[in-house]
Amino acid sequence: MQAVADSSLQRPIKLMVIGTLAGLFSGLFGVGGGSVIVPLLILWLGYDERFATATSLAAIVFIAAFAAATQGLYGNVKLLDAALVGVPAVGGVLIGTRLQQRLQTRTIALLFAAVLVASAVELILR
Amino acid sequence: MIGAIAIGLAAGVVAGLLGVGGGVLFVPGLVIFLGLGQHQAEATSLLAIVPVAIVGTYRQDRYGNVRRGDALLLGLLSLAGAAAGVALANALSGAFLRDAFAILIVTVAAQLVRGSLQDTGSPPLGE
Repeated sequence: MQAVADSSLQRPIKLMVIGTLAGLFSGLFGVGGGSVIVPLLILWLGYDERFATATSLAAIVFIAAFAAATQGLYGNVKLLDAALVGVPAVGGVLIGTRLQQRLQTRTIALLFAAVLVASAVELILR
Repeated sequence: MIGAIAIGLAAGVVAGLLGVGGGVLFVPGLVIFLGLGQHQAEATSLLAIVPVAIVGTYRQDRYGNVRRGDALLLGLLSLAGAAAGVALANALSGAFLRDAFAILIVTVAAQLVRGSLQDTGSPPLGE
């Protein structure tokens, strides 16, 4: 009986811990939180990568919308700039997904990593 | 303006290709090319992520990859954390937050390199 109660509670508790960590991370850094959610869904809840990525994306809709609204209360959200990067990004996602079938993603991952490191250097030197 | 559009497009393509994306490019792009402060860039990035995540979710849901119950629970249970994260960000100085963010994206870069050296699949990230 005890074991049943434990296992039925375990899952929502794990989801709560993952959600809370992802929310903190997302709110603090202005990112979606997928880099927290995906590995934890795989490690703690036995998700495979495809389901983890997709489920994480759906959760991010809530997380990012709520965090953006909260940031709005601080007066930090620039609506026009958000539209300027967000709308083309939607087009970009559709292109990227299509290209994924045809391209070797390893090269792109390495290129992207280089861009991130360059951005980090630029940010720190500011 | 063209810079912003280019950043958005590039972030989207990378997100679609690698499953990592949006925010880690939006934030530095908004700071470096549009001159936003770190707090404004993070806030604006969060809003820009929403349409990208909606389209991505819609597409993934059609393939049946979204576990809707878990996603809803995760989303709802994250709200307190998100509010706390935003409050924490706003309590920190822009310079400190910017340096912390720089460390974050270097970590993401390291994970990408490790992932791409290990196998041919996409790394275990997703945004």
